[in-house]
Amino acid sequence: MTMDTMAAIRQTFFQECEEQLSEMEMGLLAMDEGNADSETVNAVFRAVHSIKGGAGAFKLTELVQFAHSFETALDHVRSGKLTPTPDMMKVMLRAADVLADLVEASRDGQAIDESSYASVAGDIKALTASAGQDEEAEEVIDFQPTVIDFGLPELPAEAPAAAIHEYRINFRPRPELYANANETVLVFREMKRLGELEAVCDASAVPLLEEVDPNGAYLAWSVKLSSELAIDAVREVFEFVEGEADLAIETDGQPEVSDTDIAALLAMALGTTPSSEPTPAEGPPANPPEAAAESPPETPQPGPTPASVQPPESAKSDVKTSSATVPAQTTIRVEFDRVDRLINLVGELVINQAMLSQRVIEANFAGSSSVVIGLEELEQLTREIQESVMAIRAQPVKPLFQRMARIVREVADVTGKEVRLKTEGETTEVDKTVVERLAEPLTHMIRNAVDHGIESPEARIAAGKPAEGVVRLTAAHRSGRIIIEVSDDGAGINRQKVRASAIKKGLIPPDAQLSDSDIDNLLFLPGFSTAATVSNISGRGVGMDVVKRSIVALGGRISISSRPGHGSTFSMSLPLTLAVLDGMAVSVAGQTLVVPLTAIVETLKPKKHEIHALGSDGRVMSIRNTFVPLIDVGTQLGFRDTPTEPERGVAILVETGGGARNALLVDSIQDQRQVVIKSLETNYGTVAGIAAATILGDGRVALILDVDALVTRSFNDPLASELRYGTGG
Amino acid sequence: MENTEQSTNTANREFVAFRVGSQEFCVDIMGVREIRGWTPATPLPHAPAYVRGVINLRGAVLPIVDLAMRFGLGLTEPTPRSVIIVVQIHQQVVGLLVDAVSDILTSSEASMQPTPDIASDMAKNFVKGVYAVDGRMISIVTLESVLPISEKAAA
Repeated sequence: MTMDTMAAIRQTFFQECEEQLSEMEMGLLAMDEGNADSETVNAVFRAVHSIKGGAGAFKLTELVQFAHSFETALDHVRSGKLTPTPDMMKVMLRAADVLADLVEASRDGQAIDESSYASVAGDIKALTASAGQDEEAEEVIDFQPTVIDFGLPELPAEAPAAAIHEYRINFRPRPELYANANETVLVFREMKRLGELEAVCDASAVPLLEEVDPNGAYLAWSVKLSSELAIDAVREVFEFVEGEADLAIETDGQPEVSDTDIAALLAMALGTTPSSEPTPAEGPPANPPEAAAESPPETPQPGPTPASVQPPESAKSDVKTSSATVPAQTTIRVEFDRVDRLINLVGELVINQAMLSQRVIEANFAGSSSVVIGLEELEQLTREIQESVMAIRAQPVKPLFQRMARIVREVADVTGKEVRLKTEGETTEVDKTVVERLAEPLTHMIRNAVDHGIESPEARIAAGKPAEGVVRLTAAHRSGRIIIEVSDDGAGINRQKVRASAIKKGLIPPDAQLSDSDIDNLLFLPGFSTAATVSNISGRGVGMDVVKRSIVALGGRISISSRPGHGSTFSMSLPLTLAVLDGMAVSVAGQTLVVPLTAIVETLKPKKHEIHALGSDGRVMSIRNTFVPLIDVGTQLGFRDTPTEPERGVAILVETGGGARNALLVDSIQDQRQVVIKSLETNYGTVAGIAAATILGDGRVALILDVDALVTRSFNDPLASELRYGTGG
Repeated sequence: MENTEQSTNTANREFVAFRVGSQEFCVDIMGVREIRGWTPATPLPHAPAYVRGVINLRGAVLPIVDLAMRFGLGLTEPTPRSVIIVVQIHQQVVGLLVDAVSDILTSSEASMQPTPDIASDMAKNFVKGVYAVDGRMISIVTLESVLPISEKAAA
């Protein structure tokens, strides 16, 4: 095997690790919520187990060792030896964090400092020890759950470790098995590796030659297998043919139920009787094995027949949620480069289609209805293709939200608070880039919510609230945008303190008249925060301006609302994709420019008396008795030397990320449209005042204005423009 | 080893020769992506005078450099006969506005003559060497220096 192949496999392993980690985290959080049903516990166990298995193959010793002790602890939960308690779940969640760290460190080839997670490893081991089991006896434990969980009183709870088990397996492949290119011989070969094998083929169902369906399946086997391995190992052999064959496995004289019934019964036994010693009284589902044993005579097959097991109704209804098999979504892995290439091509297609439409109109084809209809269809198809392609890049916000759970835990630990993160709408999808670029501002907001929003447990109790604070993180689609909200049930913003602090820092004049929401928005002012970096968690309002800037850079908006004593809510509205933008096309000095719609507040037709000169060449416009700076876009961008007459143009009132309002003077408004964003940087570089470029229907390039930069540039003093907001409203 | 060196020295390379004003220049054909007619460009704010703006090249935004202006020979008045040579310089793709493409030359590295030593900034900055072809002098353009990088950084 070449190094390349190994590297590729390794890469796949780590990709899968991500999925497993996310699965694990999700399950642990569900357990933490009190939903420790067997399906959930099993999912967590499987995830950790897979990571351990893969890590073993790559000789990632630390990872294997830690995963092993974690897995052991989980197995005790699975077997009912441990009942999840809040304290235990804390340890488990921390162990999950460590596991994630170890995976990351192993992936990046970083050195692993064992002392960094020694305490968590110790806690996990303590959990295992408290279950009263020697860790080395793990193999035995592995075996136990399947036996105990059926509530079979006949079987001893502690099975001898190295006993030879006799399995009798009835295996009758269905035609689907062969149709799916599975091969019975492989199954037998696999079984043979488990132990001594004795197979008898039952050919009694084979019809006469002329009646044979070439695609049919007529053979069945009854197999006698002596193995010291647990039934799980035997079952694993049949994993690939699951659902494609009638299968019954009996062990040591006791029939076993199979497949989904196993899960159902596990759920039953674990969910209802988490104690480790099942008694006959606790085993309402004790009849399925009998049902299995009884079923063969019922079937009119001559040979050894499969045991088709019907679990009793009671068991079925009890475990409806966990045993319901949701058809798995099939997925493929595709490199992002390929998707991006496709998106680029579709972007060009959209432009081309627009150009074609325009040419047709210019050529006066309008009379020919078939051409027009064809064009309309093309337009619709193009739009659909574009939407579908964009959807490929769309990702649920779930992984992002899961990361936030960890941040909450960590900050809560550091600050000594009790905080629970509740998430909603994790399945809401948004462009991958948006998800990625949201991580940092969101992390910061979550930190702030825990650090500053939620009070200490004592203060909460004093205020008549539960000691545990709640941070709520929600996502939802609303009118073509994604709305993400971070709210806490803490004390809310201390407006007096904020105001005093802003006055002290000279951000607002001492006599400024501010509404409550004005004061709340002061948090977003640059210079309000005391620390400079996002990673710092001290000081109120740390770098909220940084948060706001990153949100605005994504084409989003952020707002804040707060009720004293009830907490604060930060609400973000973001575009679903960064590839297209809703904009207003305007004309300036013969050029077409696009103003992002998110920045626009309103458009106005300036009247002469509304324009006032200020300073040597400055102009302001009066809008409902407030004065906003009037920026001539043409001169600002150097398209013309002398400013245009305001009455002859149109003013677009815009709001920058900082909340400052300015009026942009343009010659005329063309229309509102969705444009495909094209980078100027790729072949040229950044241009002050210009965010990006797009291509118009006539094939020409139009520039998209960077409103913030344009406004800031006109003052060359960002603070001054921000100030305007505080005083002018 | 000797052989390969010799072969790179004597191997024939192809050049696209073009006219800017009354002078002739050429660039290595390996750097040329395509040659297309002039289309009006969208001017870029705060750009140096020799950057005529950007055009749409099948979905990509392509900056256009007016070579005459770049070489200090005055602004080109684009005519229907004007041509844009699309060249790739490292990771960037740039269009060069020239008056006309005149020829495809085949020449070897060995026959390249050093740039005659004259007190011209243009010659020092943009010309790698010259070829003598049928009594004409064709200057080999250093593509790297054509890019508006320094101005970009300053802006």
